Amino acid sequence: MMDGDFKDALTGEQKIRNFNINFGPQHPAAHGVLRLVLELDGEIVERCDPHIGLLHRGTEKLMESRTYLQNLPYFDRLDYVAPMNQEHAWCLAIERLTGVEVPRRASLIRVLYSEIGRVLNHLLNVTTQAMDVGALTPPLWGFEEREKLMVFYERACGARLHAAYFRPGGVHQDLPDALIEDIDTWAQTFPAVLNDIDGLLTENRIFKQRNADIGVITEDDILKWGFSGVMVRGSGLPWDLRRSQPYECYDEFEFKIPVGKNGDCYDRYLCRMAEMRESVSIIRQACAKLRVEKGDVLARGKITPPKRAEMKSSMEALIHHFKLYTEGFHVPAGEVYAAVEAPKGEFGVYLVADGTNKPYRAKLRAPGFLHLQAIDEMCRGHQLADVSAIIGTMDVVFGEIDR
Amino acid sequence: MTEALTELADVIVSKRADAVVSHQIAFGELSMTTTLPALLSFMEFLRDTPSARFSTLVDITAVDRPELPERFEIVYHLLSMYQNQRIRIKVPLRVEDMVPSLVSVFPAANWFEREVFDMFGILFSGHPDLRRILTDYGFRGHPLRKDFPTSGYTEVRYDDARKRVVYEPVSLVQEYRQFDFMSPWEGADYILPSDGPQGGKG
Repeated sequence: MMDGDFKDALTGEQKIRNFNINFGPQHPAAHGVLRLVLELDGEIVERCDPHIGLLHRGTEKLMESRTYLQNLPYFDRLDYVAPMNQEHAWCLAIERLTGVEVPRRASLIRVLYSEIGRVLNHLLNVTTQAMDVGALTPPLWGFEEREKLMVFYERACGARLHAAYFRPGGVHQDLPDALIEDIDTWAQTFPAVLNDIDGLLTENRIFKQRNADIGVITEDDILKWGFSGVMVRGSGLPWDLRRSQPYECYDEFEFKIPVGKNGDCYDRYLCRMAEMRESVSIIRQACAKLRVEKGDVLARGKITPPKRAEMKSSMEALIHHFKLYTEGFHVPAGEVYAAVEAPKGEFGVYLVADGTNKPYRAKLRAPGFLHLQAIDEMCRGHQLADVSAIIGTMDVVFGEIDR
Repeated sequence: MTEALTELADVIVSKRADAVVSHQIAFGELSMTTTLPALLSFMEFLRDTPSARFSTLVDITAVDRPELPERFEIVYHLLSMYQNQRIRIKVPLRVEDMVPSLVSVFPAANWFEREVFDMFGILFSGHPDLRRILTDYGFRGHPLRKDFPTSGYTEVRYDDARKRVVYEPVSLVQEYRQFDFMSPWEGADYILPSDGPQGGKG
C-alpha cells in the first residue's frame, strides 16, 4: 500500500478522439477549389472525403443549347492549364462524325500546339508540386518558361489562354514562318532550363524525402480506378494514346514513352520531366516538317469558313460564311467517343449528335475526375503533409473536374 | 481495325448471347446494347474474359430522350489496355428503373454513378454513397434532364444586410433567349404565324 490517495491519477487507456479537419477550398495546396474533409488520427490520415463541384459551371448543359462551333471555347475553360489539348478532342469528335479529313499542315500545327500544351501543363505541375512540398524557386523558374509559351499561343491565335484555335476541319489561322522559327529556337534553349529545374529538384534531399514512396500506385490500382496518363506510366505501364491509338499524325513522329518503376510521386515527377524532353523533341520535329509542308490549314467545306478573298467576289461564299457563324454546321446523327492523350491523361468527349446544328448530348471525360476519386485510398495511412504532395502529383485542375 | 472489332463483337456475342440485345460498329467504334438484369454479369464477363479484358472503366454517362418510353440510356465506355480496344455498352431504362451499381466490379464507377444520379436522377442500387457530387449542397432537380431549364431555378448572391449568401428564384433582366438560326427550308419544325392553319393564305 502506498501512502496517499492516487484516485485522480489517470490510468488505463485514455479516450482519444479522431480529429476532423477541412482542407480547402481556399488552400494554396488544394490546386483550386478542392474541399477535403480529412479524418486524422494524430498526423495519420484515416479517411479523406473530397467535396468537388465548387467550380461546376454546367458546361455540358450549356453545350446542348449552343452550336458546335460556339461550344469550342468551352473546352479552353476545362483544363485551363493546357487549353488546346481539350479543343483537340472536340474537333476530333466532330471530324469523325462528319468524315472530314484535316489538311496535313493543320495536323502538324495541332501536334505542335498539343505538345506546347503538354510542356505548359507539366511545367506548372512539376513546379507547383515542388512548391507544395516546400520549394519556392521552381515555380518562379517554370512560370518564366510558361510565359514564353503563352506568347506562342498568343501569336498563333491572339489569346494567351482561351485560344479557340483548333477548329473542326483544321486550325483557325496559319502560322507565320517567323513564329515557327521562334518556337524552334525556344525548343533549343528550353532543355537548359529543364536541366536547371532538374538540378534543383531531382537530387534534392528534401524533395526526395517528401516524394519517394509516397502515394504508391500499383497496376491493380490503375485498373480499379481507371487511371490514365502519367498516373499509369509512373507505375511502369507504357500506355500512351499517342502511341497505342494514334490520332492526328502522331504515328509519324519519333518519341519515347518514359515510364516509372515504383509508381510513387517521385517517379511520376521523373516521368513528367522526361515527357517534357520528349515533347520538345516532337516540337522540333514538327517545326522541321512545317517548314517544308505548306498549304491550307482548313479543310474547306461545309464545316469551315470560306477564304476571306473568296468572300469578296463570291456571293455563295458570303452566304456560307454568314450561315456558318449563325446557324452553324449540321453534324450527321450518330455517336462517337473521341479521346486524346491530354497532359493529365485521357481526355475524352462522348458526343451524341442528332443531325441538327447543336449537340444532343456531350459528355466530357476528364482524367482528373478519376484520379481525384482515388484520393481516399491513396492518402489513407499517409501523413497529413503527404496529402498535398499526393494532390500535386495527381495533377488535378478543377476546371475539368467540375466542368 | 474494323475487322478486329467485328471479330471481337462475334466472340462476345457468341459467348454472351443472352446479354447482348444488339450490337453495331459505327465510326470505328463498337457499341452493344444490353439489358438491366444482365448488366452486372456482362460487365464482369467483359472485364475478365481473356479475349476482351476490358479492365478499365473509362466513362459512365446517360442520355435523356424524354419522348421515348425508355427515357434514359446509360452509356458505359470500357477500355482494354491489354487488347487495345474500346467498347461502348448501352442500357435503356425507364424513369422508375433502378440500375445495379457497378462499384463492385469497377470501383471507379463510384463517382461516375454519383454524377449520373446528380445530373439525371437515375438511382443506382447497391451504391455505397449515392450523394450529389457536382451541384451545390442542397441543390434540387437534375440539371441534365432535357426538361430542366438551362438558366436553372435559383440564383445566389451575397446579401450585404444579412451578411451571407442567399438563394433566390432566378430573375433575369432579359428573358433567356434561344436563338433559332436554323434554315427555314431544312430542319426547322416551327410554324410561322402566317403558315398556321388559321393564318393561311393571308
